[in-house]
Amino acid sequence: MTALFYIAAVVAVLSTLMVVTRTNLVHALLYLVVSLFAVAVVFYTLGAPFVAALEVIVYAGAIMMLFLFAVMLLNVGADSPLRIPSWAWVGPGILVAVLLAEVVYGITRQTQPLAGAEVGPAAVSEALYGPYVLGVELASMLLLAALIGARHVAARARDEEEAREAATHRGAAAGEASPERDAGVPGAARGSETGVTGQGGEA
Amino acid sequence: MADVSLDHGLVLAAILFAIGFAGLLTRRNLIVVLACIEIMLNAAGLAFVAAGARWGQADGQVMFLFVLAMAAAEVAVGLAIAIRFRQSLKSLDVDDADEMKG
Repeated sequence: MTALFYIAAVVAVLSTLMVVTRTNLVHALLYLVVSLFAVAVVFYTLGAPFVAALEVIVYAGAIMMLFLFAVMLLNVGADSPLRIPSWAWVGPGILVAVLLAEVVYGITRQTQPLAGAEVGPAAVSEALYGPYVLGVELASMLLLAALIGARHVAARARDEEEAREAATHRGAAAGEASPERDAGVPGAARGSETGVTGQGGEA
Repeated sequence: MADVSLDHGLVLAAILFAIGFAGLLTRRNLIVVLACIEIMLNAAGLAFVAAGARWGQADGQVMFLFVLAMAAAEVAVGLAIAIRFRQSLKSLDVDDADEMKG
């Protein structure tokens, strides 16, 4: 199990270095997934299988899904194409293959965890809902606050977008009615732009 | 053997934290900055789990769960801010946000 720990640690350090040094955003996120998998294997070798599973499910699953949605929503694809070239899979593929071999070896050989006894999910749950129950309540409040806060920030973005579109329509309508006046349309750079194009069309 | 696992687990956590911190200071893309914060939080959780495994207690894993909840909350709000950032400044470069106004 000692060798498994060191191999996973080396994979974690290498993939994390690649996250920081890649210029392509999608490549960096790919390596971040590999790094989280490697840390999950480290947890497994330390005798903590429950948090190893949570690391894969929550970090590599849910949080990386959030990053993926952000990349899609922000349309970063202009400078880093979402269609990844085939050579980009080689680095993460090799690192993940090493991790997969480790996990298969660890499961089939019934190895002993590094630090004496394994602390399973039952012990973690007893501690979580025993002395730490107040922390669970605080974590739930934190997640609720984050949910409302994220919704609030994103909803303000959408409202401003709609207001800008409405201003654009107003500016375009004013531009069609009297092109000379659209310099006076308040607060809409895009409105005056459409006014200019409207003018050009008339000319 | 148990002490070796604790020491080396903490060293690994320190290395990962240092890499994440270096990336946080050098990279200018907002999404990559958020990813570096995730790396640093993950390293802190690794230190908790290594220490908990050393004494065979569940407390380290419980603390990792709290770090996990905080990381999820942080990334949700952070990515919402990234979307606003992109809409108002038309870029993802954190250096473009060098002046504050309400």
